[in-house]
Amino acid sequence: MATAPGITVPAPPARHHEGWAAIVRQAASLPRGRVGLGVLGLVVAVAVVGPFVAPHSPTASIVAPFSGPSGQAVLGGDMLGRDVLSRVLDGGWVLLAMAAAATALGVTIGTASGVAAGYLQGRPDGFIMRTVDVLLAFPQLVFALLLVSIIGPTVWLTVLAVGLSHAPQVARVMRSATLDVSERDFVKATELLGVKRRRIMAGEILPNLVSPLMVEIGLRLTYSIVIIAGLSFLGFGQPPPSPNWGIMINENRQGLVLNPWAVVVPAILIALLTIGASTFTDAVARVTIGIDRKAETGALPALVAGEEP
Amino acid sequence: MSLNTMLVSDAAPPRPRAAAPHPVIRLIVQRVSLGMLTLWVVSVIIFAATVALPGNAATAILGHSATPAQLHALEVQLHLNRSVFDQYGSWIGGILTGHPGKSLANGLPVWSIVGPAALNSAVLVAVSGVIASIVGVTLGVVAALRKDSLFDHASSVLALAVTSLPEFVVAITLVILFATVVWHVLPAVSLLAPGTYAWANPRELILPVATLVIVTVPYIIRMTRAAMVEALASDYVEMARLKGMPVRRVVVVHALPNAVAPVVQVLGLTFLYLAGGIVVVEYVFAFPGIGESLVNAVTNRDVPVIQMIVLLLAGFYVLVNIITDVVALLATPRRRLPR
Repeated sequence: MATAPGITVPAPPARHHEGWAAIVRQAASLPRGRVGLGVLGLVVAVAVVGPFVAPHSPTASIVAPFSGPSGQAVLGGDMLGRDVLSRVLDGGWVLLAMAAAATALGVTIGTASGVAAGYLQGRPDGFIMRTVDVLLAFPQLVFALLLVSIIGPTVWLTVLAVGLSHAPQVARVMRSATLDVSERDFVKATELLGVKRRRIMAGEILPNLVSPLMVEIGLRLTYSIVIIAGLSFLGFGQPPPSPNWGIMINENRQGLVLNPWAVVVPAILIALLTIGASTFTDAVARVTIGIDRKAETGALPALVAGEEP
Repeated sequence: MSLNTMLVSDAAPPRPRAAAPHPVIRLIVQRVSLGMLTLWVVSVIIFAATVALPGNAATAILGHSATPAQLHALEVQLHLNRSVFDQYGSWIGGILTGHPGKSLANGLPVWSIVGPAALNSAVLVAVSGVIASIVGVTLGVVAALRKDSLFDHASSVLALAVTSLPEFVVAITLVILFATVVWHVLPAVSLLAPGTYAWANPRELILPVATLVIVTVPYIIRMTRAAMVEALASDYVEMARLKGMPVRRVVVVHALPNAVAPVVQVLGLTFLYLAGGIVVVEYVFAFPGIGESLVNAVTNRDVPVIQMIVLLLAGFYVLVNIITDVVALLATPRRRLPR
């Protein structure tokens, strides 16, 4: 950086931002944070460890279709006589991986465009936000269905579709958070030093968006689970023979009277997953709102409260 | 500022046409034209989605086993032998003149499939939305008035848990409870004869409506409560209480009108959410609406039907956004005044 000799450049004012770990720790110390994290951890454990402890192959027919619980199949059989327990144990990790990937994609694209719109202002802002407005004219699931209908249901396409459908909402939130941060002294100071705008966005703005970013990640993860499980339920996720909690609920509901477990257990797991994720996200939101009030940044808008259900 | 707010809010409930109407009319004109522009861009995107079908759209739709004659017929029907601009022109022209083409799945006119389905869905959305609004706003106001009571805490925890549940989990739970395993008192699926409408058999509406109400009410409660708590904590409410106004009158005259604008936004969002929520719910209950039609159309790659339904839903979105903005403006006297 070029400065006249003899002039000392004052260090940019200290910025207050809390680390990811600190926020997670504080959220986990709230009662609802503890409950959320516990429930979430339990379901994730089932999904991750499950495939290794499943007693049978998830695709082998071993009992009569829709037979009730027996010694051979503890939770009974499904529509093709496959072991429900084994399919439950094996049917979570792909769902979780897809939801995580879609969240990462949506939050990355949304944050990049939201920060760019909020910081650069002017024409880029107009272009990005008008695009966001148009994309928000579709229900998220319908947008995903439209994309799926183009190429047909495949795992990666579902992830892409759901991730892209998150991006406009994330962009909106991150843009307004960026507008707040851009006004602060350390950003102005860095601008005066002649630092490139791209570096200011990455080095100064982004680290100060940890709070809204964490809340967004939590929210989008919850919605990803809901939408991907929903798409699987509708038959637009993984192709049929593979087990998946969403598909299981759909394919076994005609045998509800004969063996309810084939529907009830995956439904409970999906419910716990979304309840855990949203409860923990709520704890994170409470913690971050507290932090931002403390930092006197004019408090972020109620991020969780301002979202659609 | 607080005095100003107090004086304005003291001037009784909003009187839309009393103040200078210019800002309202200007807003309506502005929002409607912006909405038209949005819809036009949306139509281009929807159309682009079909053009983006890999390779030839006709092959993608019919599969590789199709005979050349079939392919040619479909190409002509979709106008694939013409330029992209021609294709878009004839598609959008057809929709604007009420002739959106024929379904690829069964050859019926698109409108004969989508029209009745849209009416059924409209009934479902309207009934669910109205019930959810009444229940949600009432409970939200009660929770705000009894802030920090047992009812407040219980409803907030329950709301947090239920808000995040996927619609199909709620729907299946209701089916298990009321239509199959536990009690068998309601139909698990709609068995409407083709050509009949949803209101012909209200019993079949109960479970779909209940599902949509359950997934939307918690959000309305949370947001109404927040808006009311904020209004109750304001200077003008404190002032009214200090001058000895009865609590009920304070709530009805001072707090409620000032919570209307945020609550209207929430109800708007609820209706938007319902437009997406019906897709899964209609599928679960085999309810003959556009949600179920959309799922079937996506399964069959029935492009004209998909295009029509997505465009309809986008139109609904734009319309609800306009209505929400205008009503929120009418409910905020401050913003109605010309600057």
